[in-house]
Amino acid sequence: MSSTASTQTPAPSLHIALVGNPNCGKTSLFNQLTGSRQKVANYAGVTVERKEGFFTTPNGRAIRVLDLPGAYSLDSTSPDEDVTRDVCLGRHRSEPQPEMLVAVISATNLRLHLRFLLELKQLGLPVIVALNMMDEARRNGLQIDVAGLQADLGMPIIPIVSLNRAGVVPLLQALDLPLPAPPDPLPAGIDPHMEVRRLLAAYVVDPSAGMDRLTDRLDRVFLHPVWGPVILLVVLFVMFQTVFAWAQPLMDGLDSGISTFGQIVLKPLPDGILHSLLADGVIAGAGTVIVFLPQILILFLWILALEESGYLPRAAFLLDRLMALAGLSGRSFIPLLSSFACAIPGIMAARTIQNPRDRLVTILIAPLMTCSARLPVYTLLIGAFVPHRTILGIFGLQGLVLFGLYAVAIVSGVIAARVMTRGVKSEEHPLLLELPPYRRPNLKSLALGLWQRAVMFLSRVGTIIVSLNVLLWALSSFPLPPAGAPGAAIDYSLAGRIGHLMQWVFAPIGFNWQICVSLIPGLAAREVAVSSLATVYAIGATDDGAADKLLPLLSTQWSMATAFSLLAWYVYAPQCISTLAVMRRETGSIKTVLWAAAYLFGLAYLAAFLTYHITRAITGVP
Amino acid sequence: MRLSRVKVRAAEPAPYYRGTELMLYLDTLPKGAHAVIEKIEQRAPLDPIATRLEELGFVPGEAVQVVATGPMGRDPIAVRLGTSRFALRRGEAARVGLRPAA
Repeated sequence: MSSTASTQTPAPSLHIALVGNPNCGKTSLFNQLTGSRQKVANYAGVTVERKEGFFTTPNGRAIRVLDLPGAYSLDSTSPDEDVTRDVCLGRHRSEPQPEMLVAVISATNLRLHLRFLLELKQLGLPVIVALNMMDEARRNGLQIDVAGLQADLGMPIIPIVSLNRAGVVPLLQALDLPLPAPPDPLPAGIDPHMEVRRLLAAYVVDPSAGMDRLTDRLDRVFLHPVWGPVILLVVLFVMFQTVFAWAQPLMDGLDSGISTFGQIVLKPLPDGILHSLLADGVIAGAGTVIVFLPQILILFLWILALEESGYLPRAAFLLDRLMALAGLSGRSFIPLLSSFACAIPGIMAARTIQNPRDRLVTILIAPLMTCSARLPVYTLLIGAFVPHRTILGIFGLQGLVLFGLYAVAIVSGVIAARVMTRGVKSEEHPLLLELPPYRRPNLKSLALGLWQRAVMFLSRVGTIIVSLNVLLWALSSFPLPPAGAPGAAIDYSLAGRIGHLMQWVFAPIGFNWQICVSLIPGLAAREVAVSSLATVYAIGATDDGAADKLLPLLSTQWSMATAFSLLAWYVYAPQCISTLAVMRRETGSIKTVLWAAAYLFGLAYLAAFLTYHITRAITGVP
Repeated sequence: MRLSRVKVRAAEPAPYYRGTELMLYLDTLPKGAHAVIEKIEQRAPLDPIATRLEELGFVPGEAVQVVATGPMGRDPIAVRLGTSRFALRRGEAARVGLRPAA
């Protein structure tokens, strides 16, 4: 049917899926094939992080490609591998079986990857084998008799290099040909391991001198009992310093750009409701959040680069023992580190943890790992209340405080996990983690990853954040105060009343009613709290509202105790509906979610209470 | 081939030989030493960890080497198996029975 595909039908004429072991270069191949024409499924409503893309072959065949999660076997041990197995077998409830598989295997790790390939042979689907990392294999002195291997396996083998466009052209050309016949399954009674050994002996010349010595040498340093942890600590510290320091000039630039834009747009408008809506609701709201884009992207850049380079699993190795103290295994490290970017992918990454209890605990403490949406709040408060000073000549005091907030959150997470796992009989926590060869991160993959994050963030700003801010603007503008009433207009509005009511609960931890108001939209997205404060203060200010002057405004209107209390609140509070929703979906239990929300809110209130009163005692403010 | 440390230490009653059987296990293989996998032991019927080990290529006849041990104590260990490397905990490694490298 695919051979009849004509050029005039715009509908995708071939539906393929990329399958392969983790670390086979599958994702970089996917990026290379589809470029920016990818659809990373939104988290809401689906159980899979579904990466789908579209591309056209040189002869004009339109292809829809699905990037399946990496798997070692179709006999799955994790929810992630379940997806791969179900799609390959055509058993997935929402995903049709692909017409053809592109099995990605790394030439540098044939022993492992060929075994999985033999399993794919059993499926009865047409398979094209993309033999990846041929450049590296050649450099290592590996010689593969591709023609012989191809004839023996009964599947076309296309040598590729997924790192550059030219390297995947042979695969594109192969996709223009009619589909190959499905390979014959392995005869019963043949051990796949023996078969792999036979294939390797027959078609691969692997001089052991040509092995990947670089990874060995690097591992001697990075996995060293002393230097390994020291390097890891330095990496994490530098990471957080750059997030704070490098982003600053970019953020200043964005900030002035937005206020210029605001002035140009607002100039022709007369004062009144529309002016106020655009200035205080839309521009102030979106603008205060958009300026944090550089910080969020720098953080993601680090995480993506560490992941691509192969260093992350080493970090998991080094921290396994530490995670064991928390009752977890090193496997929990990767989901938890991702949670520093955003708890949602972090909670989803917990799917790779086989042990169900480890997985649950990891999900429960993931919201404690400081996600990037908290950065705007931290940055604002640190900027307003922590002096810009240098300690020991190199470290900024502000950066140190930020590092401290992260550290407190991590320690709390460890303690929480410890408490949750106490009394549980010590059962086995499998680690069984592959340590892939080190690789230089691919710039194109990094750029694509960042671009996706930026789009996701900006579309959030454009949708949730702007609409919430407009809603909040309306709440804080109406009803209008009676003519000639004294005081700020917001005092008479609905938001003002809600804030005053909430203050009964939050006064003991030092929150004023403006903070209480900003906490409400913060439930939809943490970073909105900053823009909400801008909105509340812009409207509440008796002089001409100035959203871009939020920082100096806060440092005069709030006490240091209030600011620190809010920081402490933000370390713990599960103020993100999306996180709770993902938690519900991944655990399938509303009880778990309620419990998580209760324990996190409890911790937040307690921490803010202590911080508020201790800071008041120290600073001597009554 | 290589004169591994296993052979040198095998002369004395070494702690890494378990039970009366003269079997060496991966969890006690010294760092740097080479050995060959003899068998994978099931801890329970259909032991999922043993199955996964086999899927990862821990099968009789493959050469293994411990390349690193964790920074705090001996857990976990990093093992080289052919061209791949894996991090495992002792409990997992204890399922892998070895014989000295030839």
